[in-house]
Amino acid sequence: MSKHTLSVLVENKPGILARIAALFFRRGFNIDSLAVGTTEHPDISRITIVVSVEELPLEQVTKQLNKLVNVLKIVELDPSSAIRRELVLVKVRADNETRSQIVEIVQLFRAKTVDVSPDAVTIEATGSGDKLEAMLKMLEPYGIKELVQSGVVAIGRGGRSITDRSLRALDRSA
Amino acid sequence: MTEQATGTHHPQPRGRNAAQPSAPAERLTGAQSLIRALEEVGADTVFGIPGGAILPAYDPLLDSSRVRHVLVRHEQGAGHAATGYAQATGRVGVCMATSGPGATNLVTPIADAHMDSVPLVAITGQVATQAIGTDAFQEADICGITMPITKHNFLVTDADDIPRTIAEAFHIASTGRPGPVLVDIAKDALQAQTTFRWPPATDLPGYRPVTKPHAKQIREAARMITAAKRPVLYVGGGVLKARATAELRVLAELTGAPVVTTLMALGAFPDSHPAHLGMPGMHGSVPAVAALQKADLLVALGARFDDRVTGRLDTFAPGAKVVHADIDPAEISKNRLADVPIVGDAREVIADLVVAVQAEHDAGRKGDYSEWWNRLKDWKHTYPIGYDAPADGSLSPQQVIERIGQLSSEDTIYAAGVGQHQMWASQFISFDKPGTWLNSGGLGTMGYAVPAAMGALAGRPDATVWAIDGDGCFQMTNQELVTCALNNIPIKVAIINNGALGMVRQWQTLFYGQRYSNTALHSGPDSLDSGTGRAPAGTRVPDFVKLAEAMGCHGLRCESPDQLDAVIEKALALNDAPVVVDFIVHQDAMVWPMVAAGASNDEIMAARDVRPDFGDSDD
Repeated sequence: MSKHTLSVLVENKPGILARIAALFFRRGFNIDSLAVGTTEHPDISRITIVVSVEELPLEQVTKQLNKLVNVLKIVELDPSSAIRRELVLVKVRADNETRSQIVEIVQLFRAKTVDVSPDAVTIEATGSGDKLEAMLKMLEPYGIKELVQSGVVAIGRGGRSITDRSLRALDRSA
Repeated sequence: MTEQATGTHHPQPRGRNAAQPSAPAERLTGAQSLIRALEEVGADTVFGIPGGAILPAYDPLLDSSRVRHVLVRHEQGAGHAATGYAQATGRVGVCMATSGPGATNLVTPIADAHMDSVPLVAITGQVATQAIGTDAFQEADICGITMPITKHNFLVTDADDIPRTIAEAFHIASTGRPGPVLVDIAKDALQAQTTFRWPPATDLPGYRPVTKPHAKQIREAARMITAAKRPVLYVGGGVLKARATAELRVLAELTGAPVVTTLMALGAFPDSHPAHLGMPGMHGSVPAVAALQKADLLVALGARFDDRVTGRLDTFAPGAKVVHADIDPAEISKNRLADVPIVGDAREVIADLVVAVQAEHDAGRKGDYSEWWNRLKDWKHTYPIGYDAPADGSLSPQQVIERIGQLSSEDTIYAAGVGQHQMWASQFISFDKPGTWLNSGGLGTMGYAVPAAMGALAGRPDATVWAIDGDGCFQMTNQELVTCALNNIPIKVAIINNGALGMVRQWQTLFYGQRYSNTALHSGPDSLDSGTGRAPAGTRVPDFVKLAEAMGCHGLRCESPDQLDAVIEKALALNDAPVVVDFIVHQDAMVWPMVAAGASNDEIMAARDVRPDFGDSDD
C-alpha cells in the first residue's frame, strides 16, 4: 500500500472533524495522520490527511469525502511537487556529560533547543517524516522521556493555490 | 426530480445574493417559523408524535391549514410512513419526533431511507441549548447517532437559522442522490422570537450534485451498446427516482436490448414488456440472472451492484464490459470497475443515450442481438417463475399474492415487508407502472409494510394500497393500523401467515439441517412440527382478525384456496376502514429461484435441487 496525502478544504462548522473521522472508520480506511487548522479564509478549515491505500480505494475515499455536504474540495498532493512537514517536540534525558552531544545533534538536524533543565533537554524539530525519524533515531540512545508529534501538513509548490476556486464558491453564496 | 426539487411548483431557496430584501419580515417564534417554512416548501403531510422538546412546534401546527399532521403510535411508524409517502409520490416525506427516545425511534426508518435513497426530512426536538451535553432528561445526540445514516444533518440552536435550515434540508434531501436529512432543533430556538422571510438565502457551497452527463462518455456508451452482441440494461431504483421510465422504454425499444429491473426498480419498466427478463439477484428470475452472467455488456442505470444482485462479486458477469451511470459518483466503480463511468441524473443520461444510439443507427451501426435473444427466449421459456400448489390442499402463499395482484386494479400500490412474502410479491405481482412497489430493499427492515402503506395512501388518497406483510413483520409495526383507522387511511393488509419467520426458516431448511431454532411464531413448537406442515386453526396467538377489529379495522380470514377470490374481493370492496386479511398459508413454501448467500450467480437454483442448464458447454 502506498501513502497518499489529501488536502481537504471544509466549511469551518462544528462537527466536521467528527464527520470525516467517522467516515474513514465506517468505510474501513485507516488514517495514518491527520492535521486540522485554519486557512487564509476564516470560513474555511484545511484538513491534511495521510492514508495508506491502493489507487482504487483512494478514489473511493475521495468520492465518499466529497459527498459530505461541508466538504468543499479535495486535492491529492503529489509528494514530488508538495512540501510536507511535521512538528515534533521531544524531551531527551541529558546530563552534563551528554548535553553537548545532544545539542550537536540538534544543530545537525537544524532543530531547536526550546527548554533545558538539569536532567533533560526539550527539542523542537520541523521537517519531513524521514528527517524527523532520523533525528529521533540519533536521540534514542540518550533516552527519550516524552515525545509529541503533529500530523503532516502539506502545501503544493509553485504559485497556484488550491483554495482559490473554493473561496470563489464561498463568496458566491456569501 | 420532484416538484419540490425542480421548483416548478414550490418556491425554491436561492443563494444569498438572490435573496429578496424587499420580502417583508414577520415577527414570530422559532416554532411558528418552522411551521411556516414547512408550508412554504410544500410539506402537506407530517407524520409524528409530540413530546417535551418538540412541544413548542406542535402549538402552531394546530393552526396550520396547509400542513396535515398524522399522529402515529410509534416514531418508527412515522419514519416509514414518511418513506412510503415519498416513494409513492416522489415528494419529500416528513416525520417529526421529540428529543431522546422519540429521535432514537426514528433511527431505523432513517437508516432504511438512507439505504434506499428516499428523500426524507426528519425534524426532532432537542433539549435546550444550555442543557446540551449535560445528559439532560430525554437528551440524545441524534446528530451524532444519525451521522452515518443521513445524507446530512443539522443542529439548530438559533431561531434565526430555522427557515434557511429547512430550505437546505429539503433541497439536499430531494436533489442529487436523494436521501434522509435530519434537522435537530433545540427547544429554546423553537421558543425564541425571530423573523421569517421566504425564500431564505441558502448557504451550501460544498453541495453541487452533477446531473448533466458528459457527452463524450455518452457517445462511448452508445458505441459500445451498438457494438455489443449480448447487452443487458441493468436498471436500478435511480431510474424511478429520476422519473426516467418513459425515456427508459424508448431506449430499450430503440436498442432492442433486454432489460432487468432490480428490487428497487420494479415498475420502472413494464413486467409485461417482451424485453423484460425480470429481476436479477438472489431471488431473481433465471433469465435475468443468467443474462447478466452471460452478457458482454452491462448498461447499469441508477443501480449500485449490490451484493444481493451480484452474488459472489468476483464471478459476477465475468465476460461483461460495464457502462455505469449514476448520479452518485461514489457508486461508480465501488463494487465493480466501470469501463465507461457516467455521472448524471438517470433521466438526462437515458435521454442523451437515446440520441447518441440513434446517431449510431443513422450512421449504419445497429446492434444485432438476434442470437442473444434466441438464448434469452429459451431461458424465459424453460425457467419461468412458478410454484407448486401444496399437496395437502392448503393455501399457497404465492397463489394468494398472485391473485391479489390479478384482482386489484392496475394502479394499485403495494408495500411489502421483508422476507419470503416480499420476494413472492416481487415475483408474482405484475408491476407495470412506476411508484406502485414500495419496499425496504437495502436495509431489509421488517415492519416496513404497514406504516409505509399508510404513508403511501396519505400521499395518494385515491389509490388502493395493499400492504403485503408477513406474520412476523406485521407484529413489529401493526399498531399503525390504529393510526390508519382514526385518520381515515383505509389501507388493506394481506398477512401471509405461515406461522413462522419464513425466510429464516427457509435458510434453516436449506442450510441448518431443518433445525428450526426460534422461527416458529404463533403456534407452540409441538404443533408446528407435527408433520402436517400446517399450523392448527384456532390456536393462534395473536388472533389477527380479532386484533384487526380491536384496532378499528375489518378483519377477514382465508384458509383454503376455494375461499381465496371471494375474500380478496370482499377486502377490495371494503373502503370505509382499513382491512386486514389473515391468509393462513402453507408453512413449507420456499422462495425460488435462489442463489445462496456468498455463492456465484452461476450456481442459481431454479428450484430445490434444480440447477438450470445454460448450455455452458457451447460457450
